[in-house]
Amino acid sequence: MSTIPSELPVPARARSAARAPWLNERVQSILLGVAFPLVLVVLWHQLVVVSGTKLVPTPYQVGVMMWDFTFGGIHNDAFSGTIITHLLASMQRVYGGFFLAVAIGIPLGLMIGKVKVIRQMLDPTLSLLRPIPVTAWLPLSMIFFGLGPRSAIFLVFLGAFYPILLNTIFGVRSVDTKLFEAASMLGCDGSKLFRQVVLPAAMPSIFNGLRLAHGFAWILIVVGEMTGVPTGLGSVIMDGRTLSRTDLVITGMIVIGVAGFLTDRIIVAINNWVLRWSPQHHG
Amino acid sequence: MVDDPHKTRRQFLAIDDVSKTFDIGTDEVQALSHVNLTIDKGEFVCLIGASGCGKSTLLRIIAGFERPTSGEVSLYENAITAPGSDRGMVFQDYALFPWMTVRENIGFGPRQKKLAKKYVDEITAEYLNMVGLTKFADRFPHQLSGGMKQRVAIARVLANECELLLMDEPFGALDALTRESLQQELLDIWARTKVTVIFVTHSVEEAVLLSDRVVVMTAGPGRIEADVPITLARPREVSAIDFNQVRRDITQRLTSHVRAGAPRELKAVA
Repeated sequence: MSTIPSELPVPARARSAARAPWLNERVQSILLGVAFPLVLVVLWHQLVVVSGTKLVPTPYQVGVMMWDFTFGGIHNDAFSGTIITHLLASMQRVYGGFFLAVAIGIPLGLMIGKVKVIRQMLDPTLSLLRPIPVTAWLPLSMIFFGLGPRSAIFLVFLGAFYPILLNTIFGVRSVDTKLFEAASMLGCDGSKLFRQVVLPAAMPSIFNGLRLAHGFAWILIVVGEMTGVPTGLGSVIMDGRTLSRTDLVITGMIVIGVAGFLTDRIIVAINNWVLRWSPQHHG
Repeated sequence: MVDDPHKTRRQFLAIDDVSKTFDIGTDEVQALSHVNLTIDKGEFVCLIGASGCGKSTLLRIIAGFERPTSGEVSLYENAITAPGSDRGMVFQDYALFPWMTVRENIGFGPRQKKLAKKYVDEITAEYLNMVGLTKFADRFPHQLSGGMKQRVAIARVLANECELLLMDEPFGALDALTRESLQQELLDIWARTKVTVIFVTHSVEEAVLLSDRVVVMTAGPGRIEADVPITLARPREVSAIDFNQVRRDITQRLTSHVRAGAPRELKAVA
């Protein structure tokens, strides 16, 4: 294919694109992806300067706060150089709740999807509980688990549980019945069927649920840490609000955003490896 | 056809007065009505008929995927009530496990028997070689052509040592050239393994080319119209005069029951 255009008068730009279209595409996507937030930051700075507000810090002030939060040495207050403490605390709760939801949601989803009796028994209850917002559980969760990290884990669990459960059920329900027939004629049935056929066949849908749930888990960490825990990015944001330190609030938001983004890339990488048999399910 | 005369004493496959009714909403549809058929070990039998004649339903009952409403199917005089590894189905749309490589798909049956890995590998290698896919052993199904996928599906049931190969329009979705080479490969495999084959098709040419017997089925409700032995010498040549005579004879039997007002069914068997 590449030999044909070289004999034709092709503009130089098109020829270089033909040489490495993948690279050009990549460079363009990075440039555009970085340019847009830069424009937003400039706009943010101008709006703060022009309006003269004291309530919203400039990007520079947030940058200073971010430096102090990470390395310390500027404000030298309770938040200086504490990023690791708060990040680790939050991650413990995010992944405590997330993996709890995985451990319960996937097996339960497989069973609800495949076993009619279990579906008939649990489906009405789960459908009733599902529309209740996670925030509505906050008071009860504080009664059950007290003012501490367990309460945050419970709320993250609630938020992550339903996407995982529902996507697992959907995945199981949409497996081609011929695969079950093929497995049974090859001598695979009963509990062996779950591990060898139901689980892998439902995997694309399960990963959909995992990715959604993982996103929700990071979203819910602020709510979870509103329950009065002393550490965690959510508690930093709540403290920032109480102290009217908007630079701290925005710093906390950025750390959550970056951590959520980076961990999502890890999930996508795992997804692409586990689902290497199905390129259309690659993220 | 059967080397061991003692084996013929026990009936291989017996279909005894099988009827099947499906409930579709409030309607009842009779798919099969009082079907009787016996098949000997090692035979290659084609079931042929227009859409809706129940040929696939009959195959699915033999596989154990469906239960007959009345009557019984038995293999070696044991009633068939569930799918089992003595019968292997090859589906038109392959039904390969997409998350397994070619090698893992073929080794699936042997693995269920908890054989030592060494034996599973040996069996898998043997059948990979038989269907000519050794070079593609580590590919996933989505990386294969239709013809290659169907080869994997055939190897998968043979590796499981099935005695009865059930094929439901297996080459229906393939292009003509691929179909021809797979038909030839299937005949070679059949000659080598002496496996019994029940092959559902709606192509008269395919049925006459492949089988020892062509069982003609008609619809409304599904029943056996004729059971025609094909005595043409193998290998068969589709353009030979005697081949065409047989083909014409079976086509006539197929269309004799198609009433006016059902031209779609005529087209389906042509």
